[in-house]
Amino acid sequence: MPSDLARLGVAEAADRLAAGDCSAVELVEACIAAQEAARDLNAVVVDTAERARAAAVHADQRRQRNEARPLEGIPVAVKDIFCTEGVATTACSRILDGFVPEYESTVSARLWDAGAILVGKTNMDEFAMGSSNETSRCGPVRNPWSPVNGPSLVPGGSSGGSAAVVAASTVPAALGTDTGGSIRQPASFCGVVGLKPTYGRCSRWGIIAFASSLDQAGPLTRSVADAALILEHIAGFDPRDSTSADLAVPDLHTALQADVKGLRVGIPSEYRLDSLPGSISDLWEQGIAWFRDAGAELRDVSLPHTRYALPAYYIVAPAEASANLARYDGVRFGARSMGADPDELYTRTRRDGFGEEVRRRIMIGGYVLSEGYYDAYYLRAQQVRTRIAEDFRQAFQDVDVLLTPTTPSPAFPEGAKTDDPLAMYVNDIFTVPASLAGLPAISVPAGLDEDGLPLGLQLVGRAFDEVTLLQAATILEDAAGTFRPPAAAA
Amino acid sequence: MALTDDDVRRVAELVRIRLDETEVKPLGEELSRIFSWIEALREVDVAGVAPMTSVVEMQLREREDAVTDGNCPDRILSNAPMAEDGHFVVPRVIE
Amino acid sequence: MTGPRTIVGATGDWELAIGLEVHAQVTTQSKLFSGAATAFGAAANAQVSLVDAAMPGMLPVINRAAVDQAVRTGLALGAEINRFSVFDRKNYFYPDLPQGYQISQYRHPIVGAGELRIDMPDGRTRVVGIERLHLEQDAGKLVHDRSATGSHVDLNRAGIPLMEIVSRPDLRDWEEAGAYLRKLRALLRAIGSCDGNMEQGSLRADANVSVRRPGAPLGTRCEIKNLNSVRFLMRAIETEAGRQVALLEAGDTVRQETRLYDPQRNETRAMRSKEDAHDYRYFPDPDLVPLQLSESRIERLRDSLPELPDETRERLIRDYRLTPYDASVLVADPDAPRFFEAAAQDRSGKRVANWIVTNLFGALNEAGRTLAESPVSAPDLGQLVGLIDDGTISDRIARDVFDEMFRTGASPQSIVDARGLRQIQDTDAIDAAIDAALAANPGQLDQYRAGKTKVLGWFVGQVMKATRGQANPGLVNERLRQKLGGDGEA
Repeated sequence: MPSDLARLGVAEAADRLAAGDCSAVELVEACIAAQEAARDLNAVVVDTAERARAAAVHADQRRQRNEARPLEGIPVAVKDIFCTEGVATTACSRILDGFVPEYESTVSARLWDAGAILVGKTNMDEFAMGSSNETSRCGPVRNPWSPVNGPSLVPGGSSGGSAAVVAASTVPAALGTDTGGSIRQPASFCGVVGLKPTYGRCSRWGIIAFASSLDQAGPLTRSVADAALILEHIAGFDPRDSTSADLAVPDLHTALQADVKGLRVGIPSEYRLDSLPGSISDLWEQGIAWFRDAGAELRDVSLPHTRYALPAYYIVAPAEASANLARYDGVRFGARSMGADPDELYTRTRRDGFGEEVRRRIMIGGYVLSEGYYDAYYLRAQQVRTRIAEDFRQAFQDVDVLLTPTTPSPAFPEGAKTDDPLAMYVNDIFTVPASLAGLPAISVPAGLDEDGLPLGLQLVGRAFDEVTLLQAATILEDAAGTFRPPAAAA
Repeated sequence: MALTDDDVRRVAELVRIRLDETEVKPLGEELSRIFSWIEALREVDVAGVAPMTSVVEMQLREREDAVTDGNCPDRILSNAPMAEDGHFVVPRVIE
Repeated sequence: MTGPRTIVGATGDWELAIGLEVHAQVTTQSKLFSGAATAFGAAANAQVSLVDAAMPGMLPVINRAAVDQAVRTGLALGAEINRFSVFDRKNYFYPDLPQGYQISQYRHPIVGAGELRIDMPDGRTRVVGIERLHLEQDAGKLVHDRSATGSHVDLNRAGIPLMEIVSRPDLRDWEEAGAYLRKLRALLRAIGSCDGNMEQGSLRADANVSVRRPGAPLGTRCEIKNLNSVRFLMRAIETEAGRQVALLEAGDTVRQETRLYDPQRNETRAMRSKEDAHDYRYFPDPDLVPLQLSESRIERLRDSLPELPDETRERLIRDYRLTPYDASVLVADPDAPRFFEAAAQDRSGKRVANWIVTNLFGALNEAGRTLAESPVSAPDLGQLVGLIDDGTISDRIARDVFDEMFRTGASPQSIVDARGLRQIQDTDAIDAAIDAALAANPGQLDQYRAGKTKVLGWFVGQVMKATRGQANPGLVNERLRQKLGGDGEA
């Protein structure tokens, strides 16, 4: 039963492969078939089936020679923001049309070095700028939880395709990137686990940059243990990234077994928004109860600058993006719209190549850095960021993790917020503060709302303390169970 | 904080994105709306607060001075929209 | 002593104020932020890494040697070394700038205020303020005349480490500007932080030039870009100052702008590039954290400095009794002090210095050679001066011998021997020549005896002529006086 194989998690699949219950070829074929069957989700933008098949044969050979590596034969889908050598990479932007990297991102290379197999590049918001996957030049992704024959719901974004393929069980795991919530928010919308590691934990080398001080790669999986397993293989020091932390990666997978009695869980009062839907505040209360039942100690904490996080983010991220995206000029790679002189080449190439949201953010970024505005916007935002980080530091003197909702709403219908950038930006209200402070955070599926749509709860940990974060996440997961969309469950 | 039409044109020029004249006003209004939302930051007391320069505590790592890269013009040029004689080609530049 | 030059206009005198921004290529094997080579003259785009080409997802990692050399240079300039400095992105679009920004240092440079002393030929000494020194990346190169299709971009220079050394507007004329650049070059070469090769672009200067009435505040300045020789720098400044005076005297104003110098026509012209490009939107590069320097590292670098040109100069004046001017000229060429000291062993240092400064440098300059390429070795020059010192040859003969040394590389002793140029020391031979001269010129002899003592010198000349310059002039003088009975004593 090939489709059954595609439904396996990373650890389960690895066990089956190790036990000889299935081959990598069978597993990869199952995932390819499942992806084919889920084509209407539009979650995969670059098909790598042929390459995956060849890699699977190779994986089976290694296993026969007793040379199997930890993830030998495990299929993984990768967000189209990771540069993959010899495989088209466009960050779902027209401006990178035809770009085939001559190099492999550190994070994806580590996965392949551990034996994993690339099975498709996933759809995303253009340059990771979006919270609904609707800014992709490859078109929107349909959330697998969308009602059958009903309107398409968005999968969240920007790692919408990665969340969708994992939710639809066409792969055991996918890689995403998170700048202000781009792993956690789609994970919440799609009912999967999404982990954003500490800034500096995973190398950014070879990942198309959106906002350099915020971008982090991380896994989307169907279980916390799988997220830990993938993180263990993608994390670690990289001398090619000056912001990569030179720290040993803990044995995350086995650390999950440890006892968590006495865990102190903080509940930030500032996250209790009046506008929060009842289903979400109820779920949050439920989460608090689960932790209490598991023997954790619950404490109220205050993060006074929380409400400034989103505005600060919408200065810092566009500012960095405006510079990061300056290299897309039609000279060395990607699409080019010719002009009579270089300036015309640039303005036309960038006009034609970037979508509306990307252009908007570049404009915001250019403006906040321009003469006379730097101090009022960019500098102030970075000062506010210091304040936000201090808030967290203060809170973590009393608690080990923080528990919050991941998103202020469940998945919404396609087109519902495309006309209103601010309404879209507010999606990241709970995820952005941890991003600004560089802290590790995870979204764990915790329940369904009254319409049967998945909702996630977010845990935020201390810098580089992914171990405690993941241990706390297993408490949530054990209490809440796992969730599969009805269509995929059928 | 309202952006004038000239602000919009100036920034578009700085970031090299062509803008049709008809787009200037609506874009300015949209950006102004976003900036009035961002204005909330003015409430924060930031006196004496150092701007964040490093997300996590770390020292700048320096590499040894050795030639470890380059010598791969084919890889450099393989994605070029236009290349000629080992060079990228751009419309003629007049200095 | 004279002061700095002024421009004498139709309506009176104008003073100049000049500040120089010198770009010095740091002597390193590899680039500032990538491992590609920096050697001069490679095939197009052969010394380019994916980082230098600003491929998506590429990240900078700083070169330790470049940092060290910047600190050493700062120490040599007696400048403040900033323990905390920041790399900023300077944003602008140009086809030779792959990232769309240059990584530079703006608000927090690595080196702060220092100074450089310059010695003028007329004996004046000036201390020129250094405002700052910072590290930055060089841009690539555009080639305009190779193709009908457009301009060609070669990124070999892109990312090469540069120190930008900014002076205060303390220079008062083009002579001072030239002296400053020569002195700075000598300093950089002496400590080995830059090879100072202006033909290969290792050292270039931008000159900020303004004019004003004596005592008036600084006028509007124009920046002349990319001056790649001392001579062009001096001519460009003189020309530009003249242009500004003409404008002002005609009742016009000087527009602050960037100009290029055309050496063929000896004129400056405004660059076509737009002025809007000057809103560079600097902000700290989020791919790099601030650079912090420890006291121990700074001390170690201080200890690594060799004797600096000013110290060498003082020592040469003290130990060899050189004139300040000769000593300054010698230290302006980093190879010259060693050459001088090798030549000056047991000789008259003053005379050796004079021979180097006047004759050797003149000949080298005419032949377009450097001291390292001199056909005359230091020991040979020393020998030549030795032959003068001990009276073997006269100064005049020595000049002939030197010319032959320079032409053939032969030693002075061998030339003197081969051509029989040894001075006639034999008093009998000299007496015979004197007798002949007196006998042949009775008229002059009568004049002398009538009190016209100047005729003595005329007789010396006659004797020298008769001996083809080989008679020892001192001896001729002495014997003549004796023969004329001392009554001609002046």
